[in-house]
Amino acid sequence: MKKNKLWLLTFLTIALLAFVTACGNSSSSGDSKDSKGNASNKDEASGSITISGSSAMQPLVLAAAEKFMDKHPKADIQVQAGGSGTGLSQVSEGSVQIGNSDVFAEEKDGIDAKALKDHKVAVVGMAAAVNPEVGVKDITKDELKKIFTGKIKNWKELGGKDQKITLVNRPDSSGTRATFVKYALDGATPAEGITEDSSNTVKKLIAETPGAIGYLAFSYLTDDKITPLSIDGVKPEESNVESGKYTIWAYEHSYTKGEPEGLAKQFLDYLMSDEVQKEIVKDQGYISVSNMKVERDAAGKQSDK
Amino acid sequence: MKQIEHTEASDRLISSKKNRQMDEVRGGILVRFCAFLMIAVSIAITIFLGIKGLQSFIVNGVSPIEFLTSINWNPTAENPEYGALPFIFGSIAVTLLSALIAAPLGIAGAIFMTEIAPAWGRKILQPVIELLVGIPSVVYGFIGLTVLVPFIGQFKSSGSGHSLLAGTIVLSIMILPTVTSIATDAMASLPKSLREGSYALGATRWQTIRRVLVPAAFPTLMTAVVLGMARAFGEALAVQMVIGNTRNLPESIMDTAGTLTTIITLNMGHTTYGSVENNTLWSMGLVLLVVSFMFILIIRYLSSRRKI
Repeated sequence: MKKNKLWLLTFLTIALLAFVTACGNSSSSGDSKDSKGNASNKDEASGSITISGSSAMQPLVLAAAEKFMDKHPKADIQVQAGGSGTGLSQVSEGSVQIGNSDVFAEEKDGIDAKALKDHKVAVVGMAAAVNPEVGVKDITKDELKKIFTGKIKNWKELGGKDQKITLVNRPDSSGTRATFVKYALDGATPAEGITEDSSNTVKKLIAETPGAIGYLAFSYLTDDKITPLSIDGVKPEESNVESGKYTIWAYEHSYTKGEPEGLAKQFLDYLMSDEVQKEIVKDQGYISVSNMKVERDAAGKQSDK
Repeated sequence: MKQIEHTEASDRLISSKKNRQMDEVRGGILVRFCAFLMIAVSIAITIFLGIKGLQSFIVNGVSPIEFLTSINWNPTAENPEYGALPFIFGSIAVTLLSALIAAPLGIAGAIFMTEIAPAWGRKILQPVIELLVGIPSVVYGFIGLTVLVPFIGQFKSSGSGHSLLAGTIVLSIMILPTVTSIATDAMASLPKSLREGSYALGATRWQTIRRVLVPAAFPTLMTAVVLGMARAFGEALAVQMVIGNTRNLPESIMDTAGTLTTIITLNMGHTTYGSVENNTLWSMGLVLLVVSFMFILIIRYLSSRRKI
């Protein structure tokens, strides 16, 4: 009996190992088979792909992936979040089929941007937001720079309440920070302040801390717990981003290694379709790329479309 | 049921000599395999972290001296600076300070449970400690962020209560169970003869505790504290939520600070594999590993000095 148990245990272990390795193999071999299958039958999407990267983009891509899978029950799309760096690294390695990023691949070290194909899925606007009590709603870009570089230290210098300014920053490597530094601060390094990664935590901090200022994507400006600042009289609104008047925005990129194939291509086409661009993109607080009257290249140069 | 038991017993009794030998061999292989696997995994992790952690110095040419002694951390600036000293300092400061709070509390709790009120004290404190162990660190962090940070904020001239102090308090509660349970074991394992001898000489209970029992258990009590510190040093999530994650050297415990673990968790996902920034994060991981090894060395040294 005892002997049998030991054998059973050994058998189970081996079976488990075999199962795990088999699973690992089947998903990759499945992909190649599926992409071939797709070539002959273009209407039916099937197979499985994995998408990873930017956590800011995850809700958007996930919502689209769920709708896509409803329509094509045979397709399996896994959407993971791990940060833009992880997404770019994994898509370059080929371990995922699509890598999402808040920044151009050219802006990240250690990535061969030429090997990657950029698909600009949406545009995200970012606003400087303050605690509602500070009593300031409109500032100039120069003032914003002075606040974030620590030259203006109290809101009363800008005609607000007598409250010390508390900065809420993002980590150095964050795409949101990179965008804000580049387009709002013209490259100036922000002074020290509380540093948090998650947009929800940043929003909570701004709402609860007297005199706090931070920066958030438009999709987090849904209620009056925080006050978005107009810059040089331009409100942080979708229409102003689309017309190019408001410059603090970034593309949300989906990268593929080389030209996309099979299910990855079908899904990216779906992301660019009106169904996603007009509904999901808008619902999630992003701006549709097709509405943009201006465009931008990796160096940050803005031009009319 | 009976049938099975019967065969089981007979199986064991009548098993042939050859069968028993086979059992010996099989058991030996199984145990050796597991032990070897454990050793291999820890060595592999050490080697991997060593290689990854040294890459920033060897491949990217970051100066190790700058990394360990400079207080300027600007990895995204035009002239990037990679000084991790503020984070090393933050990690050590928050660890030492939380040990300062947790050690007296934990040891006092252990004395209470073993010497003052062994019957009911243990009945109440033991479940409380087990409960504290069971709370996930993210919950500690969230409670700290929601309750502690606004509270500390009231005493600061400006801004929020994110501070070294908030991190210290959250961590000291987190390591308290570790310290208390090991200290309790240490006190409980002291031989009864020590107490009886002390009482026989006319010492009071407090004199016995202070002059006889605590000195006798001292090396193990210190082991308890060092193990708690090791846990505090490696904690990332709860600390990240309350400490502020800045790159300044804190001037007081009311200032914000950053630790090695919080900077790693904040930046790891945003950086690409193989970039300088990513490699310096691995170097921070290596520093964490080296310090953990030092904690283990201290524990080994203290254990070797154990008197009883």
